[in-house]
This record gives sequence, structure tokens and C-alpha cells, in this order.
Amino acid sequence: MAVKSIKINGRMVSARAGESILEAAEDAGIHIPRLCHVEGVSDVAACRMCLVKVEGNNKFVPACMTPVEEEMIVETETPKLQEYRRMIVELLFAEGNHVCAVCVVNGNCQLQDLAIEVGMDHSRFEYRFPVRGVDLSHRLFGRDDNRCILCTRCVRVCDEIEGAHVWDVAGRGSKSRIVSGLKEPWGKVDACTECGKCVESCPTGALFFKGSAVGEMERDRDKLKFLITARQKKEWTR
Amino acid sequence: MTKIKLATVWLAGCSGCHMSFLDLDEWLFDLAEKVDVVYSPIADVKEYPEGVDVCLVEGAISNEENLEFIHQVRERTKFLISFGDCAVTANVPAMRNMLGKADHVLRRAYLELGEVTPQFPHEPGIVPELIDRVTPVHEVVPVDLYLPGCPPPAERIRAAIEPLLRGEKPVMEGREMIKFG
Repeated sequence: MAVKSIKINGRMVSARAGESILEAAEDAGIHIPRLCHVEGVSDVAACRMCLVKVEGNNKFVPACMTPVEEEMIVETETPKLQEYRRMIVELLFAEGNHVCAVCVVNGNCQLQDLAIEVGMDHSRFEYRFPVRGVDLSHRLFGRDDNRCILCTRCVRVCDEIEGAHVWDVAGRGSKSRIVSGLKEPWGKVDACTECGKCVESCPTGALFFKGSAVGEMERDRDKLKFLITARQKKEWTR
Repeated sequence: MTKIKLATVWLAGCSGCHMSFLDLDEWLFDLAEKVDVVYSPIADVKEYPEGVDVCLVEGAISNEENLEFIHQVRERTKFLISFGDCAVTANVPAMRNMLGKADHVLRRAYLELGEVTPQFPHEPGIVPELIDRVTPVHEVVPVDLYLPGCPPPAERIRAAIEPLLRGEKPVMEGREMIKFG
């Protein structure tokens, strides 16, 4: 197996040929912020969080999609990169409708975590407050477009791991949206195997398990009645 | 030593940030030794005074009164803190922005759900008109410190205020200090 020697933040790191800078850094214990990368599926460099500086290249490159090369010199934490990363996160917050206080994943959200990581205490960009929909047609899952950051993790996980290819990206530019099937309600898409991998992969609360939203905390009051009257009525099952 | 003049104001928010402030419990006694609370929704002062050193602003800018008041507060305050997610991001009050202009929520609240004589409230000078777009405080006036959280936990409030009392700026970093929600 061919080994490439590269330098990350001044440290000598040996990497396997064909490995990405992100993987090589990860193996060496150097953390590079990322959002659209998910272990086990192909990378697309959608989020731009893992941009790094490679000596000799006048443009920043995404670490997840750039293979290591012999004697590559990589910087991951220059002041400019840190500033850009914070700007990206601020733009993500300003672009959608991210209301952490009323979100199903508050406290378990990778976008929220990233905001903390890059030191975002407010957004310098004006919030767009776009008009977006919610799809609750699936019996098990829900989709809230307000929280979608178009990382396309769900698209790739469904296609590459489950092999069902329920998800795609439709539209262009700021109108781009994740769609199920041929832009049908999720519940109507036969290809969906209800495996839930897309929900597991979602970094935000855009895809979620039904029943987890505050308004959905349904109580089974009849169960109490059943337990109380079981002996009298001699009904032991229901 | 003259005491630091502290004010707290309540704009479009649920007052949860102020409740969290009160959760500082016995530390409020220590705070009271160092500051004069010159204006607050929990103190009956009618007018926002001049020469305020530090002000905690809870809530987003949602109506004409908020808009006018925040300019006055900014003018009369040395150090302005966006206090909580509504002030920092506009948060829940801004969820009406996605529906369009103010008349959408007014229509829903006062006409569709109005059981007896449904009508829009219109009392100039008494009931402030809603502005069309709810905004965070810093979109209207400059802000000196952002204290996120819904609400910011009491410990976070203390960690932000304590350095200010010594004339230092707090370090707003890490999950304990800047997590939204």
C-alpha cells in the first residue's frame, strides 16, 4: 500500500494513497469541522465547512474531496479559514428558519454544535425568513424544510446504503429543496422502505421521527382505565 | 465607589430571560451591592433614565413601541447586551415573518379567532402597531454583547455579568456560554 507523507498544521502525517485530507487528518487526531460528511458514504463537499489551505494553491479546497498528495502542506486553522467557517454557519442560520428553542433536536443538533464550535454568538447576516413547507404524510417520519441545510446526507445514505433512492435535490439556487420520489408527499413514495437511515443521518431537525415534536406527546389515558378495571371485567388483554 | 447603573428591558419576549435572571437567587444580593437597578420591568420605573452603564435587553423588535424604545435605550446606555435568543435571533416572535406581513397574524388572532365582535385593535398611542418584520435587536441598533439562550441559564447570565462588574469583557465561547435554544 502506497503511503504519502504530508504536513498538516506543521505536523508530519502519513496517509494512505487515495485517502482524503479529511480522513488523513482524522487518523492523525486533527479535527477539521464538517457538516455534510458522513462516515460510510461518498462525499460531495456541499457545506464548505472543511475548507483548508493547501500550499501552492491560491484557492481553499474542501478537505473531504481532496486526495492527499506527496509532500502536501496543509493548514486547517488559519484566521481566514476560521472567519470563513463562522460566516458559513451564520449564513446557514440566516438562510433557513432555524429556531433552536422550538426544534425537536435542540441539544442534539450538529448545526447548533457547529455554531458553538466556530464561536457564533449571533448572525451578522439578515435573516431571510423563507416560506417553506412541512411534510407529515409519512406514517413514521416527518420532514421540516425550514430546518434543511441541503447537506444531502439523506440523499446519499438512501441511495448508497439502503439502495432505495427516495431522495433527490430539486430546483435551483436558493429555491433548491430536498424532494421525495418525484416531488411527491413522502408517505406516497413506494420506494421508501421505512428504514429511517435518512432520519439518522440528518444533522439538523429537518428529518425527524414522528412523535418527537412537542405537540405530538400523545397520552394513552385508556391504558389507566384498562389497568384499573382489568380485575372487575376480567379483561387481561386489550 | 459609585455603583454601576444597571437596567433590564423587556421587548417582544416571554419574560423567560428575566425569570432566568431571577434564578440567580442569592447572588442577586451580591449583585445589588455593586449595581443600582435603575430601570426594569420588575421595578416600577416609568421612564428609562439617562446615563445607564449596562442594559440587558430581552426580546425581539416586534412593534412600533419596541422600535422607538430600543433607540432611546441605545442612546442612554453605554453597554447594551442582547439578552436571550429573541434579542439575538428574533427567535419565536419572528416565526410570524414566514407568514408575510403583520396583518396575517392580526387576522388570525383578532378576526378568525375573535368570538365576540371580531375587529382589529386600533388605539393610536395606547396599543402599539405591529411592524411587518420582527427583527433581532442588532438589526436596529448596535449591540455590545450577545448572550444567547432560550432562556440563557442563570449561570450563563452570571458568567456574562460578573466580568463586566470588574470592567472586563466576558469571554463568550463554548457550549456553556453561547448555545442557542
